[in-house]
Amino acid sequence: MSVLTNFSSLFLSAFGTTLKLFAFSAVGSLILGTFLAMLRVSPVPVFRAAATTYVGMLRNTPLTLVFFFFTFAYPLLKILKLDPDPTAIVALTLYTSAFVCEVVRSGINTVPVGQAEASRALGLTFSQMLASVVLPQALRAVVPPLVSTMIALLKNTTVAAGFSVQDAGSISYSLSEAGADTLVGLGWVAFFFVLLVIPLTLLQRSLEKRWSVAR
Amino acid sequence: MRARTLAAVLLAGGLALTACGKEGTPGDTGGTAPSQAAATDVKIDGSPTFEKIKARGRVIIGVKEDQPGLGFKDPTTNKYSGFDIEIAKLMAAKLGYAEDKIDYKAVASAGREQALINGDVDYYVGTYTINAARKEKIAFAGPYYTAGQDLLVRKDDTSITGKDTLKGKKVCSATASTPIKKIRDENLTEPENITEFQLYSQCVSKLAEGAVDAVTTDDAILKGFAAQDPDKFKVVGKPFSLEPYGIGLSKEDTALRGKFFDVLEAALKDGTWQTIYDNTLGKSGSAATKPIIERY
Amino acid sequence: MSSVLFDVPGPRARFRHRVLAVVGVLGVVGLLGFIVYRFADSGQFEPRLWEWLQYETIQIGLIEGLLNTLKAFALGAVLAMVFGAFFAAGRLSEHAIFRGPSSVVVEFFRAVPLLIMMFTFYYGLPQVGVKMTPFTVVVLSLMLYNGSVLAEIFRAGIKSLPKGQTEAAYALGMRKTQVMVLVLLPQALRSMMPTIISQLVVLLKDTALGFIITYEELLYYARFIGSQGQFGRPLVPITIIVGAMYITMCLLLTLLANYLEKRNRRNKKVQTAVPVEDIAPAGATTGA
Repeated sequence: MSVLTNFSSLFLSAFGTTLKLFAFSAVGSLILGTFLAMLRVSPVPVFRAAATTYVGMLRNTPLTLVFFFFTFAYPLLKILKLDPDPTAIVALTLYTSAFVCEVVRSGINTVPVGQAEASRALGLTFSQMLASVVLPQALRAVVPPLVSTMIALLKNTTVAAGFSVQDAGSISYSLSEAGADTLVGLGWVAFFFVLLVIPLTLLQRSLEKRWSVAR
Repeated sequence: MRARTLAAVLLAGGLALTACGKEGTPGDTGGTAPSQAAATDVKIDGSPTFEKIKARGRVIIGVKEDQPGLGFKDPTTNKYSGFDIEIAKLMAAKLGYAEDKIDYKAVASAGREQALINGDVDYYVGTYTINAARKEKIAFAGPYYTAGQDLLVRKDDTSITGKDTLKGKKVCSATASTPIKKIRDENLTEPENITEFQLYSQCVSKLAEGAVDAVTTDDAILKGFAAQDPDKFKVVGKPFSLEPYGIGLSKEDTALRGKFFDVLEAALKDGTWQTIYDNTLGKSGSAATKPIIERY
Repeated sequence: MSSVLFDVPGPRARFRHRVLAVVGVLGVVGLLGFIVYRFADSGQFEPRLWEWLQYETIQIGLIEGLLNTLKAFALGAVLAMVFGAFFAAGRLSEHAIFRGPSSVVVEFFRAVPLLIMMFTFYYGLPQVGVKMTPFTVVVLSLMLYNGSVLAEIFRAGIKSLPKGQTEAAYALGMRKTQVMVLVLLPQALRSMMPTIISQLVVLLKDTALGFIITYEELLYYARFIGSQGQFGRPLVPITIIVGAMYITMCLLLTLLANYLEKRNRRNKKVQTAVPVEDIAPAGATTGA
């Protein structure tokens, strides 16, 4: 307990950084991922190919390597200078968006073709069909796995600690520098992550149960 | 040959590259001093370590592998070079073992005491600061070099002249290391300007790129980096702490410790030490200060 | 076209698609061109930065790094499967004494970030006298995290089988273990194979976290080469090459998963009761 009380400001600022990384990357990856999913289902082959290549590359690269690239290699290309925190957000966003894209795409694909065909037969326009027929149904299949992706993102923010970001993963470094008990400190870090993740898991489970449709 | 072809194919990733690996090294990396003739008929009474070495016929020396100019392993040749390596070689020569009878073992900072206590290495030479806490577990011969915390900056940077000019500058050092703690504790720069990576080499990359303005740690380590890239970096040269480097060895082995003290004293007197320095760390352009041996 | 959203294009739509295709090609070419231009402009194509590739010792070093990655992956994968099977059995047990603790273990290790686990083993435990090599730490952490995820996959796989299978087996007079080993497991394993393999891809990628705690795997060696002043710090080239190596390895595994999935689909006897995405639990396919 003394580790937690003595270093409360460290814990607060570190988890604050973690949540900040999480919030920015979550919004970013949801937007980018949805956009990519649109490209992937688009009728234009080039768009599909581009999005497929992007997703294939990012999904098969370790996040650590993505971080490594943006921290050490990317600055050498002298495109746009980024501080460590924005760098981490960029890395997390690009990486997670590939997973978001997959979730959204497979969600859209769970809607039977007949639904779209029926709406067209009824004379609905493209946007009407999307807004009132396809997307509401796709949403049910998309949201639960999307929550899982966000849980993974929350845990993945810790990787930034290896790249000079003072987030929750870096608490042990600061504790060992101060000569405090790192084992107890890491125990608390793990505990807080469990606290953050469990509600999300429960949410995901209940959504999955409530929204699963027999098809 | 097959593995080599496979390697090239894997590496080239489709690029047409030669199937045969190049050998040798593209340039001077750490520097080597003229080698010492191995002594003959060495006798050290009551040294368990020396008995072990004799029985084995080889010396196992713990070193660092990622510090150019001090203890550095060249990836193109897998050979070790640097000031610490030369000191280690000198000791081995005086024990009667030439270079071809030495096995180097890279041991990172955190594992040094344990490696000596376990007897994994016969002795350790690698930016090993002598201090009281360590002396309780192991013994030191030295100092063979007196380092101090200093700053590495870009060659054209004139705004950083010492530790008191760091305010507003971005400073980088190894994660949770003593030097960065000093910067933080003495408030030498603002907390948001401190960058930490696991290795000094990563900080040096960031310095080259311009993301940080100074790298801080022992001047010996910094001189090594400066010697590797003399057109890019320079060491400020105003050390603000004292880090005496010693040769780490088993606490019980007082006989071997005595021998090492004799060798070091002789080397400082007859110019061997100076030759080693000039051929390694001296290339950075900084002058040497001879250490004062503290026998115990 | 696989999508449900679009009608079969008419002449006007086809024209529009063609225009969009041109725009798309221009966009992609423009982006690639910009990247290549940035590479050239910042001197990343200079021969000095790529010279290191030609050295035999470095090639061998890279291969050694790769082998270390694969070693951690192989051992981690086997142990995670065993761990997963054990705790899946625990969670499916009829006795609450097994179910409770198994659930706690699985939920706990799924919620804690892998890196925090590695830090705890590597920096925390030595304080109480437990010392492990980086390799042990990496394998142990991979086992605990991926094993917990696999436990959920196994459990979901067995639960997704039709109830009739169990009932029929009991009706034939089989005992509990027989039902599990002879009837449920073989079916579940086959239908779960693709999910299991995509989790193994995650495990393979997660080995790269080992470099943060000084395990000498591929990325660790990449960092070492990237810091070589004698080659002008070839950080961009080494990242590209190591990235290509990781992508190749993961793609090979993914191809295996796809192949197995296809073979399953052809085989009518196996029921893929639940689509893969639906049973993938928290973070299953999205590890670091």
